[in-house]
Amino acid sequence: MSETTTLSYTRADFQTDQEVRWCPGCGDYTILASVQTFMAEMGVRRQDIVFVSGIGCSSRFPYYMNTYGMHSIHGRAPAIATGIAATRPELSVWVVTGDGDALSIGGNHLIHALRRNVNLKILLFNNQIYGLTKGQYSPTSESGKVTKSTPMGSVDHPFNPVSLALGAEASFVARTLDMDRPHTIEVLKRAHQHKGAAFIEIYQNCNVFNDKAFLQLTGKTERELNRIALRHGERVVFGPDSQHAVVMEQGAAKVVPTNSVPADRIYVHDEHAPDPTVAFALSRISHGPYGPTPLGIFRDAERPTYDSGLNQQLVDAQTRKGPGDLAKLLRSLGTWEVE
Amino acid sequence: MSDDTLTKDRPDLSNRETIDRVVIRFAGDSGDGMQVAGNRFTDDSAVFGNDLATLPSFPAEIRAPAGTLPGVSSFQVQIAAFDILTAGDQPDVLVAMNPAALKDNLADLRPGGTIIINTEAFEPRNLEKAGYQTSPIDDGTLEPYLVIEVPMETLTKEAVKESGVSGRDVLRSKNFFALGLLAWLFNRPLETTISWIEEKFGRKPEVAAANIAAYKSGYNFGFTTEAMKTTYEVLPAQLSPGTYTNITGNTALAWGLVAGAQQSRLPLFYGSYPITPASDILHELSKHKNFGVRTFQAEDEIAAVGSAIGASFAGNLAVTGTSGPGLALKSEGISLAVSLELPMVIVDVQRAGPATGMPTKPEQSDLLFAMYGRHGESPLPVVAAATPSDAFDTTFEAVRLALKYMTPVLLLSDNHIANGSEPWRLPDVSDLPDISVPFATTSVGNGHFLPYLRDPETFARPWAIPGTPGLEHRLGGLEKEEVTGNISYDPANHQLMTDVRAWKIASIANDIPPVEVDGDDDAEVLVLGWGSTYGAIKAGMRRVRRRGIPVAAAHLRHLNPFPANLGEVVRSVPRVLVPELNTGQLLRLVRAEFLVDAVGLNKVAGTPFQVTEIDDKIVEMVER
Repeated sequence: MSETTTLSYTRADFQTDQEVRWCPGCGDYTILASVQTFMAEMGVRRQDIVFVSGIGCSSRFPYYMNTYGMHSIHGRAPAIATGIAATRPELSVWVVTGDGDALSIGGNHLIHALRRNVNLKILLFNNQIYGLTKGQYSPTSESGKVTKSTPMGSVDHPFNPVSLALGAEASFVARTLDMDRPHTIEVLKRAHQHKGAAFIEIYQNCNVFNDKAFLQLTGKTERELNRIALRHGERVVFGPDSQHAVVMEQGAAKVVPTNSVPADRIYVHDEHAPDPTVAFALSRISHGPYGPTPLGIFRDAERPTYDSGLNQQLVDAQTRKGPGDLAKLLRSLGTWEVE
Repeated sequence: MSDDTLTKDRPDLSNRETIDRVVIRFAGDSGDGMQVAGNRFTDDSAVFGNDLATLPSFPAEIRAPAGTLPGVSSFQVQIAAFDILTAGDQPDVLVAMNPAALKDNLADLRPGGTIIINTEAFEPRNLEKAGYQTSPIDDGTLEPYLVIEVPMETLTKEAVKESGVSGRDVLRSKNFFALGLLAWLFNRPLETTISWIEEKFGRKPEVAAANIAAYKSGYNFGFTTEAMKTTYEVLPAQLSPGTYTNITGNTALAWGLVAGAQQSRLPLFYGSYPITPASDILHELSKHKNFGVRTFQAEDEIAAVGSAIGASFAGNLAVTGTSGPGLALKSEGISLAVSLELPMVIVDVQRAGPATGMPTKPEQSDLLFAMYGRHGESPLPVVAAATPSDAFDTTFEAVRLALKYMTPVLLLSDNHIANGSEPWRLPDVSDLPDISVPFATTSVGNGHFLPYLRDPETFARPWAIPGTPGLEHRLGGLEKEEVTGNISYDPANHQLMTDVRAWKIASIANDIPPVEVDGDDDAEVLVLGWGSTYGAIKAGMRRVRRRGIPVAAAHLRHLNPFPANLGEVVRSVPRVLVPELNTGQLLRLVRAEFLVDAVGLNKVAGTPFQVTEIDDKIVEMVER
């Protein structure tokens, strides 16, 4: 990454002249502000940053970022971004996607980008609804959800995006909330510092088609009860008086009254655990934002990245065989002369 | 038998008859090594100096049940002392390793042709699997042919006994026994195949020894047996002077991409998902990382085209390759590339469809799909290779067009070209043109980069890649305002952008050579073709002309746009014949574009045209 200490950007340097056209009150505005604020602090030259998106409300994002960008086709942003990141490892490549884009039509590309550990920062704006097509249920909508396409309630079982990413062995997995800008910026910073694929689920309120979906985590009284903050090296306790604690029991994460267990039985969060099993267990505490839900960095583990492996092979091949010689290649299958 | 025996006792030249061409087909079970035998015979003949063309045919199943008709694999090669165009209509010699191979191929054999039979495979169980009630060796079925019965299994076992191989591996060498016998019959030099075996099986010296022993044993069997009194020789062909190699279409195509990358000074990126018959392009390119080639085996066809779009945006020579089913999946991505006006080459190695169809059989049925298989008005250039070696030049041309006009280009090949081979006179790489296109480095738009401010001549837009300061810009699939590239729903702008995208591609007609017409000025029929029918069409035309009938042929590399003179060419002859391995796709285009009453010759049988089919059709049209 081409980083210099002399970069002095402000948030305005990352704004474009394009009119932002999300619905008034949409959570996307807050996320855009957080990302632009973070970009100014990131220390990467603007020309070395690329935003790639698919289709959906969130995917308009690149138009509003004064960097290189592509608004592509539905679900394919991770594949397109892979072509960029794999061939230009010096760039900072960001994918902006939504729950339909990433988990429905583009599910395959998402899991493979995570599996390969391509150096991409994937921001999944999860509003649990299809907004751009005006209100059908999404792969993260709760079972039984009544929408335009499910008048009798959805019979689908939803994805838990964090569980899915951990199942694909993503090396960096985090969850944050649109309205919590400091937390969002902190998570973005850590994702940027991480080498390899970073997956961030951002709970994002769609005030038109799915308003207050995250009330349990954003409401004045509910938030303190339900936000489980994950902090590396700290015991996981939550609630206004830290009265709830997370313990690991027979491979599962359980919420218990803090005073019901000895302090040393309370789970101490380890982001860097090489095995994703415990992080996965944490992700199972809630299947959605309906009660106590972990927020923060589930996993930040080191794993070889796709782009470094791919580009190293080019270096190795040149070392072994020398630079390519076309005339020699054309003669490599055996030749004969005609006089 | 030692090497000395071989050299000392070479066949007496008085028994040697010189012929100008021969067609040989090796046929056996898919585990019998027929492709290896055929390829070796081809390479030996190439090194000897013959002109040649090959037609491999194999089942889609990796190992179909042994001994059955679906499991038959064959390899046909025509070798000649003059310049030839096809692998031949009818084999003169058939090597049949089992009853199924005989049954599957006998009908193609020339009456009076030679059959070399592996007699020991003709036992009751194999006969039954092939559907023979009685053995064709004894029941008169083979009377019209010259049959050479060879107990190949016993002889192979005997030959390899000292080599150290044992068990089932012993009989694996029998393809080399058959090859040795053919080498004797056609006076092929043995050295090239012996050194090939030594290199190929270098890590398994006992297998190398067994194969060499079987090969020599086959040769010596020919020499000692009474069955074959005459051997044949096909003299070297008078080819243009130069350095030659024997090349398949897939390899030539891969090398064309490497050459295109070198001559455009861009790193090559190839994103692909394995699919028959295009996978060998991925395999070949993945060997050449020292050329800066990055290959990406994507999770699916859509990711393959997606990764290529990303790589193109990032400043690579981006290519994705597939066959028909994969092209269908890439369709949306290609339309994005059309809209973004990013350079890319999409390779479609066509196979018989629809759906999975016949994955190992050739067809030309994706032409209209290549032309029109995208939503919206989504034009792009389409080019097609005509022969295995032509795949190199056509690929280079596809790269040139993609970069110069900032557009995805569809490059068509097919199964026949991909796996067939022919001698290729190597180009002097220093003669390859520079096809590089500079990246944009400066902005003319008042501090705002204008990604759709076009070159006034080519209408190509500038290619500004990430990392370039001051040119940060956003591209998207939404309609763009001309010049600025901003999202636009303006009616007049969409009309303009649609017209500009169409005009940009149509104007390429001024940048490609006129189609050449080969044949008689007073031709009564013009045979117009594209793709792998080249050889059969040219050979058919030659035959007809030898009979004094005036005829001409033209072959299209550029299918969109057509060469600028094509209208004049098709209107200047009384009749136009369009032979295609589809139900009439170029035919429809030509009729629609030029309002001529062209006639089709169409076949979808999973096999190439025979020369006689073209020949007969021309004569029929002239006589009518």
